[in-house]
Amino acid sequence: MSAIWAIATVVIKELYRRKDFYVLFVLTALITLLMGSLHFFSDEQVVRYLKEICLLLIWVSALVIAITTAARQIPAERENRTIFPLLAKPVSRAQVILGKFLGCWLACGLALVVFYLFFGVVSAAREHAWPLASYFQALWLHWCLLAIVVALALGGSLVFAAPSSNATICFAVCLGILLVGRHLNKVALGLPEPSQTLLYAVYFAIPHLELFDVRQLIIHDWGLIAWPVWAAATAYAAAYTAFFLLAAWLVFRRKPLS
Amino acid sequence: MEPILKIENLQVEYRSRELGQGAKVAVKGLNLSVLAGEVFGFLGPNGAGKTTTMHVLLGFLAPTSGTASLFGVDVRQPIARQRIGYLPEMTYYYKFLTGEELLRFYARIFGLPRPEAERRIDALLKLVELDSARRQPIKSYSKGMQQRVGLAQALINNPDLLILDEPTSGLDPLGRMKVREIIHRLKHEGKTVFFSSHELGEVETVCDRVGILSAGELKAIGPVEELVRQYRSNLEQAFLKIIGYEPPG
Repeated sequence: MSAIWAIATVVIKELYRRKDFYVLFVLTALITLLMGSLHFFSDEQVVRYLKEICLLLIWVSALVIAITTAARQIPAERENRTIFPLLAKPVSRAQVILGKFLGCWLACGLALVVFYLFFGVVSAAREHAWPLASYFQALWLHWCLLAIVVALALGGSLVFAAPSSNATICFAVCLGILLVGRHLNKVALGLPEPSQTLLYAVYFAIPHLELFDVRQLIIHDWGLIAWPVWAAATAYAAAYTAFFLLAAWLVFRRKPLS
Repeated sequence: MEPILKIENLQVEYRSRELGQGAKVAVKGLNLSVLAGEVFGFLGPNGAGKTTTMHVLLGFLAPTSGTASLFGVDVRQPIARQRIGYLPEMTYYYKFLTGEELLRFYARIFGLPRPEAERRIDALLKLVELDSARRQPIKSYSKGMQQRVGLAQALINNPDLLILDEPTSGLDPLGRMKVREIIHRLKHEGKTVFFSSHELGEVETVCDRVGILSAGELKAIGPVEELVRQYRSNLEQAFLKIIGYEPPG
């Protein structure tokens, strides 16, 4: 376990010593504050648009951080040859995968806390309310989604040698699922066989990332999600994360490193 | 005495990426043993299979056939690497870490208790003369400093066996001398060193035995003086004769 933590700590240090996170945070803050300074037709509902924009930026930034960080971990280790002194220690390849995953996921979690704190401050400044439980549920589900995304990007980095191609594919897959994932079954209904069965299979096989998108709940203050549903979503994310990590380990365990 | 590094009938083949090309044999039926306390020089021209053999020993590469063990444990098991230190050739360590943080990271991988890790980090940074640069990021280190921090990470667990892949490659004469001094010191401490090098003069001064590999095959093995006596020349001339080099003309 100490080896996994040691690897995770280095990943976290890397993220916070690079400029990516700070640039994305400053951009999110600047755009949100700029939008917040505008008053459209003295509309009181404008705060909802502001919350929507802020959350959208947080979602995009979090996806960028998660995918780019996870996609470069193992390729960078190989390119700089640091994988050699690392694996020459009594550490297994499974521990390397788990350490990298944990590091990326915890780093994303820390970034999310900063982003949601900012969101909370912006929201509270306008609405004079701080629904902590709703924010906690939204942040947690967002973090669960990032666990799946990080595991997917980490697995992809073992298949696609170039981090840029892996990151592009991961972005396309994640955005595709978020935007059209929930409609695939309806589209399948209108298709002939065997396309229908094939699309249904895809619908049931993909991780439904859109389940973790509860932005509308906190934008419109629709109250809390039932805790059993929240727990089920957590278990769903854990299952897909474990599946992607297992696949990554199966690819990595016998991969020659010379 | 039981060898601490043992290779039996090792065969490593690579599949060629070009269509119609057969497998490329990198190492052919290699048998090798290194005893405790020995400094063993692993020599050979570029592409002879030295690094491939080291990569099998460290578990980076699975052999096509044959076995390799460290301290009697199959190299495929991570625990076989508990008592070894490894310095790879041309590694660019995590540039966002400082030298001290890098060593702390590797100490944690070995599960060293904090006080012992700190004591070893202090001693090693002094040994490799990086004490004054310990809090500088590695990205600011020169090539020689990077190689020395690499040597320090290889020694962090106080290993009984040190595997060095061309440790003096790319270093200036002063850097080479310092690495040689460290190897001498380790030898006096009773450590086993297995290293590859193209610097035959250096091999002659520090090694007890050498093995010469060419085209994946072990062509000669024995004490340096014995090889020199057998070929009635210095190690460089003996090496060239063993690998079958014929001067032009």
